[in-house]
Amino acid sequence: MYKIKLSDLDKLYKAISEDYPLYLPIKKAGEVNYGLYGEDEEVSLTTLKTVKSPKDAFFPQSEDLVNFKVDGNKIEVIDVRKEEQPFVVMGVRACDFKAFDVLDRVFLVDPLDTFYQNKRNAAIVVTNACTEPEDSCFCKVFGIDASDPSGDITTFIIGENLFWRANTEKGNALTEKVKGLFTETDDKIVAEEQKAIREKINSLPNVNLDLTPFKDEMLDIFNSEKWGKLSEACLGCGACTFVCPTCQCFDIRELTKNDGTVSRFRCWDSCMYSDFTKTAGGQPRTTQMQRYRQRFMHKLVYYPENNEGVYSCVGCGRCVKSCPMHLNIVKVIKAFDKGGKDE
Amino acid sequence: MQIQELVLHKAEEYLASGKVDRVLAWKKGETFYDNSPAIFTKDNLNGFVYNEFCAPNLSKYLVNESKKEGKILVFLKPCDTYSFNQLVSEHRIDREKIVVIGLECQGMLDEKKIYNLGFKRIEKVEDGLDNIIITADGQQVQIKREELLSVKCVDCKSKEFAVADETIVVNEMKQPDKNSRFSVVSELEKMTEEERFKFWQNELSKCIRCNACRNVCPACTCTHCVFDNNKSGIAGKANSDSFEEKLYHIIRAYHVAGRCTDCGECSRVCPESIPLHLINRKFIKDINDNYGEFQAGKTVSEHNPLVDYTKGDCEPKEMVGK
Repeated sequence: MYKIKLSDLDKLYKAISEDYPLYLPIKKAGEVNYGLYGEDEEVSLTTLKTVKSPKDAFFPQSEDLVNFKVDGNKIEVIDVRKEEQPFVVMGVRACDFKAFDVLDRVFLVDPLDTFYQNKRNAAIVVTNACTEPEDSCFCKVFGIDASDPSGDITTFIIGENLFWRANTEKGNALTEKVKGLFTETDDKIVAEEQKAIREKINSLPNVNLDLTPFKDEMLDIFNSEKWGKLSEACLGCGACTFVCPTCQCFDIRELTKNDGTVSRFRCWDSCMYSDFTKTAGGQPRTTQMQRYRQRFMHKLVYYPENNEGVYSCVGCGRCVKSCPMHLNIVKVIKAFDKGGKDE
Repeated sequence: MQIQELVLHKAEEYLASGKVDRVLAWKKGETFYDNSPAIFTKDNLNGFVYNEFCAPNLSKYLVNESKKEGKILVFLKPCDTYSFNQLVSEHRIDREKIVVIGLECQGMLDEKKIYNLGFKRIEKVEDGLDNIIITADGQQVQIKREELLSVKCVDCKSKEFAVADETIVVNEMKQPDKNSRFSVVSELEKMTEEERFKFWQNELSKCIRCNACRNVCPACTCTHCVFDNNKSGIAGKANSDSFEEKLYHIIRAYHVAGRCTDCGECSRVCPESIPLHLINRKFIKDINDNYGEFQAGKTVSEHNPLVDYTKGDCEPKEMVGK
């Protein structure tokens, strides 16, 4: 285990960015999102929840898949994939790190998504333990320990220092490069802090949510009358899906550029949108209630059914904070709780 | 009696008498702030709430609600009543089916501003009019209301009801200072073009194209938005092209110009805190300057200055470069 003074972090960022593109939480116009490090950027490693999650690092909101050039009867296909160079994502919270596993189970199975895979393989992930979890956090419900995230390297911000622990070969290699900035230390302070974090987490309001009702008969949950009331105020915007670290749906579209090149790209889609999965045959879900139900059925029923019981929610609480009308997965889980009020 | 009880009694009274079939109001959430819009009926008024965390403007829900059978009672805060009138003007809601009860509003609060004060566990937030009493981390503190106001309530446009069949007002509502409404817009106007471009580029590059601003906007009631229409040629969900982001917000601002009542919902709901209302407010200021003072939704009228013609109208060419 190593440590570095928080006041020296700039040196660490600079040192890492000399060898790798470095993505980490950056404050811009009042909000913190993951962005590429530059000396003029305001890094905010202590921000608990970035607005968007770090999933952009592997699954960007918009991404070119292939380009075409059309000349008469000839169509030239241009492969836009490039060799991904190693890069570092720093400051990843335990919930967001677990979300990478949720995405892996979608993108790294047959048919393999090489766009995702290439970035995933190229990344060195530096996680950051949550020393100050918030009321909106409920990662513990999904078996996540925010005091001890894994990743290639784990960091802990305690007092005036950042503690640094390499967990993998990749992590060791990065550590070797920047070791000169660190001083060696034992893990006593970290272990104490972890204990304190776990106590804080146990006192959060939503850490005891009961997921067992979602193991009931699927059709009973699907046909429940509760969805009507739960979705009543939903605007059908995509805020919850776009800030979500595990939402993985995308649309594929084409854009003709000024020089005539046709770019086929994918971009995040939202099951909240009225044209989601619209096909020539029509719309599978014609009402907002159905769309709303789909989002939570996917996270709490369908996905675990297909993935050995792993839920596709990690309890990051971003949807809790960003829904314009304060609808969220916590309210859904509570509504189905058998001990809860029936409405 | 507290306002919350008066409002609930009013809802019960109308439902019991059969004058309305449904009530559109707010429902208590799981914590101190997360109230949501909800429909209530005679048999189910569970969770009914009206307090300083009822920022959502209910007017737009009436577009769909007033298409359904039966009469509906809606509670509107002063600023919401302007959106209501505007929607009536545009024939988007059926006035005959709706009873409007205007509610006292001292300015809604932003829970983020409360959390930003550094509290860990917030137990209770009470409305003491000028001050907000917060019980958190085992202590009680008083914070000035104006410091915790929702972005939509900073520079409130008016505490007057543009429409109301009845009102419930317990405490006097102080009329806001008219001059402060456009102060931020004036500051933006004073910037050089480069500075202003940089300001908006910085803000709009945060946009994640979630469409929350559009979907919440009471002036955005097209049944099929041009941005969702695959046949329009500009449909798109991607946020990759910064030009598209800018196009999106500017097209939206132009489309609602003259119809935007300045309810501020766009800025309230933005997950990235982009001050979108300032674009609309700039247009409102320009309309005031060029056509005389105009407030959309103040009355039910078919024409705003941008779609009306008078001989005294300013000449567009005189406006260029002004």
